[in-house]
Amino acid sequence: RQLRRNGGGGADGDDSLYPIAVLIDELRNEDVQLRLNSIKKLSTIALALGVERTRTELLPFLTDTIYDEDEVLLALAEQLGNFTMLVGGPEYVHCLLPPLESLATVEETVVRDKAVESLRKISQEHSPVDLEVHFEPLVKRLASGDWFTSRTSACGLFSVCYPRVSSTVKAEIRQHFRTLCSDDTPMVRRAAASKLGEFAKVLELDYVKSDIISLFTALASDEQDSVRLLAVEACVSIATLLPQEDLESLVMPTLRQAAEDKSWRVRYMVADKFSETFVSLQMYLCFNCIHSVLTIWLSDLCLLCPVSEQELVSDTNQHVKSALASVIMGLSTILGKDNTIEHLLPLFLAQLKDECPEVRLNIISNLDCVNEVIGIRQLSQSLLPAIVELAEDAKWRVRLAIIEYMPLLAGQLGVEFFDEKLNTLCMAWLIDHVYAIREAATCNLMKLVEKFGAEWAQNTIVPKVLGMANDPNYLHRMTTLFCINALSEACGQDITTKQMLPVVLKMSNDQVANVRFNVAKSLQKIGPVLDSNALQTEVKPVLEKLATDTDMDVKYFAQEAISGKHFTLINVNKLKMAIIKSEMHFNLLVFTVLVLA
Amino acid sequence: MAGPGGDMQWCFSQVKGAIDDDVAEADIISTVEFNHTGELLATGDKGGRVVIFQQEIENKNQPQFRSEYNVYSTFQSHEPEFDYLKSLEIEEKINKIRWLPQKNAAQFLLSTNDKTIKLWKISERDKRPEGYNLKEEDGRYKDPNTITGLRVPVLIPMDLMVEASPRRVFANAHTYHINSISVNSDDETYLSADDLRINLWNLEITDRSFNIVDIKPANMEELTEVITAAEFHPLQCNTFVYSSSKGTIRLCDMRASALCDKHSKLFEEPEDPSNRSFFSEIISSISDVKFSHNGRYMMTRDYLSVKIWDLNMENRPVETYQVHEYLRSKLCSLYENDCIFDKFECCWNGDDSVVMTGSYNNFFRMFDRGQRRDMTLEASRENSKPMQVLKPRKVCAGGKRKKDEISVDSLDFNKKILHTAWHPQDNIIAVATTNNLYIFQDKVN
Repeated sequence: RQLRRNGGGGADGDDSLYPIAVLIDELRNEDVQLRLNSIKKLSTIALALGVERTRTELLPFLTDTIYDEDEVLLALAEQLGNFTMLVGGPEYVHCLLPPLESLATVEETVVRDKAVESLRKISQEHSPVDLEVHFEPLVKRLASGDWFTSRTSACGLFSVCYPRVSSTVKAEIRQHFRTLCSDDTPMVRRAAASKLGEFAKVLELDYVKSDIISLFTALASDEQDSVRLLAVEACVSIATLLPQEDLESLVMPTLRQAAEDKSWRVRYMVADKFSETFVSLQMYLCFNCIHSVLTIWLSDLCLLCPVSEQELVSDTNQHVKSALASVIMGLSTILGKDNTIEHLLPLFLAQLKDECPEVRLNIISNLDCVNEVIGIRQLSQSLLPAIVELAEDAKWRVRLAIIEYMPLLAGQLGVEFFDEKLNTLCMAWLIDHVYAIREAATCNLMKLVEKFGAEWAQNTIVPKVLGMANDPNYLHRMTTLFCINALSEACGQDITTKQMLPVVLKMSNDQVANVRFNVAKSLQKIGPVLDSNALQTEVKPVLEKLATDTDMDVKYFAQEAISGKHFTLINVNKLKMAIIKSEMHFNLLVFTVLVLA
Repeated sequence: MAGPGGDMQWCFSQVKGAIDDDVAEADIISTVEFNHTGELLATGDKGGRVVIFQQEIENKNQPQFRSEYNVYSTFQSHEPEFDYLKSLEIEEKINKIRWLPQKNAAQFLLSTNDKTIKLWKISERDKRPEGYNLKEEDGRYKDPNTITGLRVPVLIPMDLMVEASPRRVFANAHTYHINSISVNSDDETYLSADDLRINLWNLEITDRSFNIVDIKPANMEELTEVITAAEFHPLQCNTFVYSSSKGTIRLCDMRASALCDKHSKLFEEPEDPSNRSFFSEIISSISDVKFSHNGRYMMTRDYLSVKIWDLNMENRPVETYQVHEYLRSKLCSLYENDCIFDKFECCWNGDDSVVMTGSYNNFFRMFDRGQRRDMTLEASRENSKPMQVLKPRKVCAGGKRKKDEISVDSLDFNKKILHTAWHPQDNIIAVATTNNLYIFQDKVN
């Protein structure tokens, strides 16, 4: 009877409860996916329960669910950051603290970080009173917790509550931070070191000088290198806070010490943060300092070079050197033209001759910075041999890397220099014995054409590419096809129809089956660029002939091209994009023709 | 031994494991390890299981009965596997267990077999959720039409449940057999060593490890030595040592370079020419290396002795203790029955004043460094009455056997104590015989 009444009446609106009931039950389902799904819809559950029951029932339950899988906890931590309205607005936002507090102590770093992120978010929604009554005590509890997971989480919360609390509480917070900076556990000291810069930013300048600098100095000379290197990072933000006259006395000694650290990892970090740090230090005002630090780096760079024959020694050296090479270029913008030419140029030139390809690559990949300051011509004499050498390096990955910088270099050096010196290199890569290089070379050509225009392509690239169609090596003949695939769009309809298409069509008679089926693929690929007349009169007959080929693969790809199946299924999206982008209705027409054909 | 008088006596506390003489292969204990507080004691066995014992809360009323260790959690850490590419069986035997420093309410340990290292979380649960909307607690479904309101599950107390869950699996980084794992003092990395290589891992990253030592020669026929053990310095995160089958220990500094093939210190004692024999190289192979808690010394165990090295002195050990010198005349038969390749481990007591290592016939040895005294004790069923004091044993090396002495010829080489562990603070030791774990403690007067 009960049944009928409920079912029949429908007045209770119970039907709407059912999906929520399922979601709630699945919070404790055995299947992780279902639990995860429920947690992700936590707001729906909370909405149905109302703010009161969310606070009194749902949140207590969630607070104790920290046994769950990481992914569920991660989702939970994230959800709770957006829960303020669902617990009744900012007035009740502190109800979210208990579950986030327990999530901030789990062992999994990603979950903890997310919980801290959510805590930081909801801290903004606390009123100043609530912040002192609820939030700050939580930070203290975490900071003085037994387990280091909770203490690491505390490190990320100081900076968000510090600006909004009374001066007594501020003093307590500073004290807590100091304590954590000298925690027994390296994990906690690392967390404190990584938040040092952030905390310094919210502190009053006097405390930056009195507190932060001493903490920074202590962390930068920590016994653990993993702590020291994080302190180096903090240096960047601390330096921006201090007045110019204090930098030399308060920051430089520590930084210099870090640059000379015994551990290669710390030196590496200084090298990595080099230009960033020096921008903030505004070093053009105290050039002497930069010079002394640079000297230390130079020792890493140059002094070890003679012994680097021994692989073991060069190992450290190599990491540091390539990190330095990648940032040293950035310095030129800070130092200005004259200083760059005087101090950095010799360094660049030395590095361009370095025996480690990575160092050379890093210099070349950052050329744009130097170009802005002194113009690339200053370097081009040294640059060319370096590029040529990399281009012919025995390791194909090195060759691949330099190819990727070619378009950039071409842009920097200009079309003239390129034609004169680099064009032959680009063409040589097309017949490299490693496929990845040939492929990258093809792609490179496309980018070059995009840069220098279709006319340039017609005069310099296309003849050479098409010439390869008669190469005795079938791999090179195939490269011609790949190039045509890549270039057709950039070159435009005219060049494609008049110059490329005849070559492709001629190659349909190649005696190697691989070439023939690539002809079919190419025709399909360049189809959209061709005019419909050429498609009907020239392409279609060839495809039909290939469709009767003796080779199975050739037949298959020819039929694919004819039916346009491949086209419609896989490339349709790409095509649509292209159509929308160029707004060429013509393409649509061709597309339709091909589909219909 | 700990007191100034040096009269400390050891007495029996507990024995774990089956009593009958019929030993199942899978039950053979392969590693023993206390956690950092000594509250937990883990053992691994050849069957791939890890058993964790927990020290009961001390009973204040009966101080003479000190807290006992009871089973806390048992789980299958590794399963036997088969490498189809190399047609090799991978045993499930647990080679090493290392506890991580406690980071939250749960406990974490690393366990490894020959190839794969796993990070386990051991956590307690004393609450369970109750209350469904759509079904009864017993699983019967309710009629959905009867739902008139929403019910949020509540957590209710339940009997304590200890769960062990695998958190990370660090696989596919070792071509040879893993012999050591060691957690770094930076709390974020650890090393794993096999016969020819040492890898460095981040505890949170399983798909990548860094090779820091590689002694594999280009031509395997030129192979003359293998890595036998490796350990991180307890305080300096950049320092680790590894020992070799040739009896040398190399100390490496990771600050100098990312690849530590070049050691910064080499500890080696020149061989005594008068003792040279066919077996010299085999017995000089180091089976275990352990830093002292304060990081000043390290201890190595070779077949016949324990040596203590000062990290500042490379050319000879500061102390050498003979474990069972009387076996020197038996090396031939020990070679024939393969015992000469047994890998004995060694351990320090809490304040580094005493070291302990195992021997044959279920004997184990303790050496008091300050008083230069040594002691042989026996783990056996015979003296396993509660609080029974262990009687020191003596082996007679030849000549006339005195009363209470055991002749070398009557030693049982099948009974050996390879794995021992010392509580990090207290005088409680765990000693593994073949398939039994004995726990002894000092007699409280």
